[in-house]
Amino acid sequence: MTSAALVDMHGVGKHYGDHVVLQNIDLEIEPRRIVTLIGPNGAGKTTLVKVLLGLTSPDTGSIHRSKDLRVGYMPQKLHIEPTLPLSVGRFLQIVERDKTACLQALERTGIGHLFKRPVQGLSGGETQRMLLARALLRRPNLLVLDEPVQGVDVTGQEALYRLIASLRQEFGCAIFMVSHNLHLVMAATDEVVCLNGHVCCSGTPNQVSTDPAFVALFGEKTAFYVHDHDHHHDIEHVPATGQSAPSRRAGDGHHV
Amino acid sequence: MYDFLLLALLAGLAVAVVAGPLGCLVVWQRMAYFGDTLAHSALLGVALGLWLSVGSGVAVTLVCLAVAAMLTVLERKQGLATDTLLGILAHTFLAGGMVALALAPGGRPGIEALLFGDILTVTGTEVLVMWSASLALLAVLAGCWRPFVALTVHQDLAMVEGAAGKHQKLILRLLLASLVAISMKIVGVLLVTALLIIPAAAARRFSRSPEQMAVWAGVVAAVSVALGLALSWFGDVPAGPAVVLSAAGLFLFAGRGRQLGA
Repeated sequence: MTSAALVDMHGVGKHYGDHVVLQNIDLEIEPRRIVTLIGPNGAGKTTLVKVLLGLTSPDTGSIHRSKDLRVGYMPQKLHIEPTLPLSVGRFLQIVERDKTACLQALERTGIGHLFKRPVQGLSGGETQRMLLARALLRRPNLLVLDEPVQGVDVTGQEALYRLIASLRQEFGCAIFMVSHNLHLVMAATDEVVCLNGHVCCSGTPNQVSTDPAFVALFGEKTAFYVHDHDHHHDIEHVPATGQSAPSRRAGDGHHV
Repeated sequence: MYDFLLLALLAGLAVAVVAGPLGCLVVWQRMAYFGDTLAHSALLGVALGLWLSVGSGVAVTLVCLAVAAMLTVLERKQGLATDTLLGILAHTFLAGGMVALALAPGGRPGIEALLFGDILTVTGTEVLVMWSASLALLAVLAGCWRPFVALTVHQDLAMVEGAAGKHQKLILRLLLASLVAISMKIVGVLLVTALLIIPAAAARRFSRSPEQMAVWAGVVAAVSVALGLALSWFGDVPAGPAVVLSAAGLFLFAGRGRQLGA
């Protein structure tokens, strides 16, 4: 990678009143890299995403965004008021007036047939695909995905991750992704950043999963996450050893 | 001899064509309480107009705009929920308005006209002013329509994509404040919000896109004004409430029509 980072953060901190949410965060997103942000609830993941997107400014530290940065953002939740008549097509036309381009983007994410459907009737997976299509319409070189598989069933989750991986191949964009779901994410990501107010550890999935800070934070919980998202008995009974567990489970995940 | 009726109709339509589309945004963004707050604050504007001997229209507009701006500032500074802030503002201004009115010099306007409107006494000049204001508001609304819809759908997403700017929220509030000021005379303080909400709610039932709903809401509001005036003329009932009742009737009718159609 010779080109400069898309986003470069140094010593970023953020607090609400007395409550320190983020502290001394260094983060660099290089072109075409997949960076996954993990951390327990209340770790400041969403705040970090907002700082990265420029939706909120940090109290300390600095962010540098590359000049040609084009962000496609997929928010965690989409709530559309039932009083707002909005079709999937019109939802996309908020960013792109050209109908054909909108339809193409929907077809790329596998829901072209839903073009005229009201957004309120979509399932969790369909909603995520619609959001992804809207993000793609901006021809992003950085996709920011905040919990992309939330509210999607298990088989749907895997299909969605596969779609995201193939889009990244196709568009050559970097991905910054927030996730709870360790076992599916670990296999696909280049770099993991483990957040708990500050960056506890970061590196390749293998490096991180053996890092004491990671084990302290997730050692017990990884097993819980797997249990939560998977019905397979052989996986359910894997003891919570921490250490190399996440990557091994990610491997298992492919056979589901 | 029917001049006053024609003027009333023209005045009502001036408000209706803006109230329809703007009302859709109020419904989508759940701003009904904000509309009420503005309307309550308008009373203080009327009193201020008497104190400073300027037209009540000017004073009401200024007070409404001030409330809209104050809310935006308070929201950024205070840790209070918006509806709590609105409750504080609405009732403080309402009470302040009543006190100021009681102490105001000169002839006090009838409280009933303030609360329920006085469309039948509207003058030719007032109609001209209302239409100018209304066309100006429509122009701003049309210009900002896409960002407004984008913000309604998802605020953060709209900001990241550059589909909406930082000031759109304030612009929407100022538009609403201006509309409340011009519709005071038509339906009065207590019924302003009804003219925003009810036509939009009726239009929802047969609209498939935000734009369709905006147009239909305008149509429903206009028809409500015409029906209400007819009701007032033939039934000898107060015009403002008659307009609101007509809108409510259309809302129910729209619901039934849809059930039968489905």
